[in-house]
Amino acid sequence: MKRRNLLVGLGASFVAGCSKVGDSAPMQKLFGLAEGWHRGAQRTLAGRNALAREFSTKDISPYFRGNGTTDPKEASYAAHSAAGFADWKLAVGGLVDRPLELTLDQIRALPQRTQITRHDCVEGWSAIGQWTGPQLATILNLARLKPEARYIVFHCADVLEGANYYESIDLIDAFHPQTIVAHQLNGAALPVTNGAPLRMRIERQLGYKHAKYVQGIEAVAGLDHVGSGKGGFWEDRAGYQWYAGI
Amino acid sequence: MKKHRLSTRLWHWVNLLALVILFMSGLNISNAHPWLYWGQWGFQPNTAWLAVHRWPGWATIPGYYNLAAARDWHILFAWVFAVGLLLFLLTALFNKHLRKDIVPRRKEWRWAAIRADIAAHLRFDFHHGEGKYNFLQKLAYGVVLIVLLPLMLLTGMAISPGFDAGFPWLLDVFGGRQSARSLHFIVAWCVFAFFVIHVLLVLLSGPVKQLRDMITGGRFDEAA
Repeated sequence: MKRRNLLVGLGASFVAGCSKVGDSAPMQKLFGLAEGWHRGAQRTLAGRNALAREFSTKDISPYFRGNGTTDPKEASYAAHSAAGFADWKLAVGGLVDRPLELTLDQIRALPQRTQITRHDCVEGWSAIGQWTGPQLATILNLARLKPEARYIVFHCADVLEGANYYESIDLIDAFHPQTIVAHQLNGAALPVTNGAPLRMRIERQLGYKHAKYVQGIEAVAGLDHVGSGKGGFWEDRAGYQWYAGI
Repeated sequence: MKKHRLSTRLWHWVNLLALVILFMSGLNISNAHPWLYWGQWGFQPNTAWLAVHRWPGWATIPGYYNLAAARDWHILFAWVFAVGLLLFLLTALFNKHLRKDIVPRRKEWRWAAIRADIAAHLRFDFHHGEGKYNFLQKLAYGVVLIVLLPLMLLTGMAISPGFDAGFPWLLDVFGGRQSARSLHFIVAWCVFAFFVIHVLLVLLSGPVKQLRDMITGGRFDEAA
């Protein structure tokens, strides 16, 4: 029994030490570096334009789990939902030559891409679904990015812990062929649980990058002025990795 | 002649630190969704093949549930582990450590020899057989070095969506992403089992000398 207590005690002090070291500024910096090395290694080994595996219809999971916000409570969202999102608009702005405001009809009229892909949540689970929508590249080319644009930020209608959800990606993922603004899941209009009426698909990254309830797309030069500067809702609040391909 | 080369000693201790941190931060990550599945997808606990225990704070890094911080540790020490393993295996290949000391000789594979080795272990006689290690030692180190540790690395890379895009066949080898995640978990516990047996045997075979030799290199007397 004594030996067991000793082991638990050793474990606990090691854990406490790690927790303390982990919060220190140099360790935080090292964590950030390691994340960047993974991004570099993945893009070098796999290739910047490598496509995520696409599946066949028989691989689709029986339903698609929703996570994070699954039912936005805001009055304005509820009104949109009740009206079948007839007046929903997607604003495209920031560092673009031609700011846009697209209706769902306009979005559905753009060239479409349909892909059956696996969605991996940071928690560990996976689901497979079929997504349809225009490529983000099509929309960005319509709005014409200014040369100084480096990142694309997604602004969402759902409010979590008192703030609207937001996420960001760099231009490699923004112009990736599988990065689409999806309005359909498994051939039907996107359900509220999964981000109606519009959600992002960033197929080579974890689920929290795939912003739901998207209302705005903004091109920016840097992430310093987005939220608290780490590039996303969970990145700012909980310290999640900005590059979520790991 | 030293019993343990400098490269072996350096890697041994760096790898110990990396494995402890990876294992304990991994238990924290496991708490985020403590169910394991087979195949490509899986998210419903009632279809899981295993509902995993929720690990207490003293066994996880950090010492409380925090998925983001646990992933920070896991992602950083994955580099220490991967680069260390690669360097050690390459070194061991070139200086013939693998072939001379680890891979069992043909005559050691005979059943009578294996039975004699098991019997010697049961008498707590660990210093027998020619070369640095006896048969069971070679087998244990060989399986860990050539099978288990590389599998940890490969299953870990296979569950990264960014890596997957370039190497989807790796997931096919493991039978899908949730299978790779399950294997990552199973192999981690195999490595833990090795760790426990390894430490027990060190304690039973003169722990002070064993630890000292793994630090200073010790002496290897070939006549012994």
